[in-house]
Amino acid sequence: MSTPFDEMYDDQGRVRPHYKEFDDWLTRQADGHIAHKRAEAELIFRRIGITFAVYGDEKGTERTIPFDQVPRIIPAKEWIVLEDGLKQRVKALNMFLHDIYHDEKILKAGLIPKEQIYNNSQYRPEMRFVDVPRNIYAHIAGIDIIRAGQGEYYVLEDNLRVPSGVSYMVENRKMMMRLFPALFERHRIAPVEHYPDLLLECLKTAIHSNSKKPNVVVLTPGMFNSAYFEHSYLAQQMGVELVEGKDLFVKNEQVFMRTTQGPQLVDVIYRRIDDDYLDPLSLRVDSTLGIPGILNAYRAGNVGIANAIGTGIADDKSIYPYVPKMIEFYLNEKPILQNVPTYQCRIKADLQYTLANLKDLVVKETHGAGGYGMLIGPLATVAEIENFRKYLIDHPEKYIAQPTLALSTCPTFVESGVAPRHIDLRPLVLSGKQIKMVQGGLTRVALKEGSLVVNSSQGGGTKDTWVLES
Amino acid sequence: MLSRTADCLYWMARYNERAENTARMLDVAYQTSLMPQPVEFMHESWRKLLNVSLLEKLFESKYSIYNRENILQFMIFDEDNPSSIVCCLNAARVNARIIRGSIPSEVWETQNLSWLNLEQFLPENSSQDPSAFFEWVKYRCHLFRGVVFGTMLSNEALHFMELGTYLERADNTARILKAKYRTQNQQSQTSNKQSSLFKIDNTSETFDFYHWVSLLRSVSAFEIFRHTYSDQITPERIVELLVFNPQLPRSLNKCVNQLLQLITLLKNSKSKEIERLIGKLKSELDYSTIDDIYSEGLDQFIQRFLEKINHIADEFSSTYLIPLSG
Repeated sequence: MSTPFDEMYDDQGRVRPHYKEFDDWLTRQADGHIAHKRAEAELIFRRIGITFAVYGDEKGTERTIPFDQVPRIIPAKEWIVLEDGLKQRVKALNMFLHDIYHDEKILKAGLIPKEQIYNNSQYRPEMRFVDVPRNIYAHIAGIDIIRAGQGEYYVLEDNLRVPSGVSYMVENRKMMMRLFPALFERHRIAPVEHYPDLLLECLKTAIHSNSKKPNVVVLTPGMFNSAYFEHSYLAQQMGVELVEGKDLFVKNEQVFMRTTQGPQLVDVIYRRIDDDYLDPLSLRVDSTLGIPGILNAYRAGNVGIANAIGTGIADDKSIYPYVPKMIEFYLNEKPILQNVPTYQCRIKADLQYTLANLKDLVVKETHGAGGYGMLIGPLATVAEIENFRKYLIDHPEKYIAQPTLALSTCPTFVESGVAPRHIDLRPLVLSGKQIKMVQGGLTRVALKEGSLVVNSSQGGGTKDTWVLES
Repeated sequence: MLSRTADCLYWMARYNERAENTARMLDVAYQTSLMPQPVEFMHESWRKLLNVSLLEKLFESKYSIYNRENILQFMIFDEDNPSSIVCCLNAARVNARIIRGSIPSEVWETQNLSWLNLEQFLPENSSQDPSAFFEWVKYRCHLFRGVVFGTMLSNEALHFMELGTYLERADNTARILKAKYRTQNQQSQTSNKQSSLFKIDNTSETFDFYHWVSLLRSVSAFEIFRHTYSDQITPERIVELLVFNPQLPRSLNKCVNQLLQLITLLKNSKSKEIERLIGKLKSELDYSTIDDIYSEGLDQFIQRFLEKINHIADEFSSTYLIPLSG
């Protein structure tokens, strides 16, 4: 790996222009001031209860996600390109979803092999010819962006099922303003706290009817889910009910919630549960999280579900390599944002290349998420690589491989002081009447030296993300 | 409001109230236990304390002797005892966490911070005297109540919490009265026997005085008693105060009166029966006298009262909390 791109310093070690003001401020802080503020932040996060449950931890310990005080700053001129690219990408993804559940133009044109769709467990035949409101499937999309090389932006993943993290984007901003108000006087930082308003506006459009005051709810798997804080946070911020599957029932193909005053009609469900668990009648029979009969109510058009059932197919890593082609196919435009070069192990030549270069590649499960079930070649031991090789030969169709990109780094507070750590970015794209975004996103940072895994479940932290209006 | 949300609000309030009342009761019992008295008597009064809360069996399965250390351990920290203060605060916090989106963040944070700060009192972190801990519990519960009334809308959510509070309080006051009252009869006899041992005159009377004061203190009613009666403390007056007084925040009458008002605010299509139950209990308290209680026997009276409160709680659950479908 070459020296990664640093967000704050250029290769001569000079502070980049958009970080000048911050650097100036930082050098004038007294020793220990930041550490003091950091401890304060931890206490506040605990008191507010911004915590997540660690899976596999039987005691149900709640942890806070480490919050770093050096912001990730994106200059406006870069953001404009990013935003255009993201909107373009999500628009094409929604068109793709509508297409494969209707006319299959892209399959007929031979751009994507049919079996890539039909054999994918994320493809839902139940959704064939079902019309969803406004033809939108991915109302909420979290697109993971990385920077590599000389600072080029790449799309690493399209998260279209139940992307999380947005509560941290908002809470990190509030925390930064609370800890360092002076910084906000000195910078013109695009606000992000109105995200829940945009989300509610977007969700209200996810129905067929023209109800003036649609009853929107957030559906959570429950308090033991690692993102429970976010579910309840968004429900509270939008002023809607947070429901579990058992709070809902279906009667006459309509969805109701059980209230103290009797059943109440539900119009839109912002679900934070995967397709598989939504309807034990149609999807996964052993699910205790879902609502029996909801699929029928959905197909009948009586309830909106965001994101739509069947959206997962476009989020799958085996479909990811085709997204640039989709943009050209549906929009007749050149993709603004690039994909990371990807080897599809189901293709023989790609598999051979992958097997021959395991020590340099990152190999990922096509259905995986959360940083589980992946191999990072350059950081893996020989034994780990050989172990992985076996899986790969047995089930090549389950994997894709990508070059190990030197993710950009950002100065970060660590025990020994301030040191560069790898980061990524997850902006959220909302598709309703229009495609909207707040200017910013969640920056995740790998706190371990040299680590490229930014997931909070794997020891990652977060940063406030500033889009600087110049 | 979701039935499940109402359920959590109700239990969050009940557990807070129980934590507070347990702390009150233990605080008074602890201080009483510091007074000179025979060991057997002390053990017996600790046993009675658990007996009225139906916790005797559980205690005996874990501890061999009723003494101060064991009881405090059991009632404060024991995670197997669902009524221990630690369990109550945990349960209150779990319920609050589930519905944190439906309550003001200040309410949630207050509850959460009580739980986080509890750590400093755990036996491994502290050897502080129990009274300081009881003070702290009472303080946190006062704070919680203050934040609730200071930040919540006067709507269903608040009413469900209040309903939980008053049901729990009615139950707790009745149990305290039962525990203390039964002890009293035996106590006079026991301490009579002991008077020669301590070689103090009037031990029985003195001891009784402290006993009644402690009962009143455990429901914050000592000063109120003084204010209301300006006269000698007698068992009859205490019963009258704790059962009938319509103004005392912890009297049975006050609690039931609050329940009646709350249930009127929470009316739904299925609430006829619970309105009837509460109304009936209320009129019984309104139209009974202290003589009626004594002719029935205080014990029986309290026992019947507890059963009715229990019945009301069950009816409440099936009316509001068990999801209404179809």
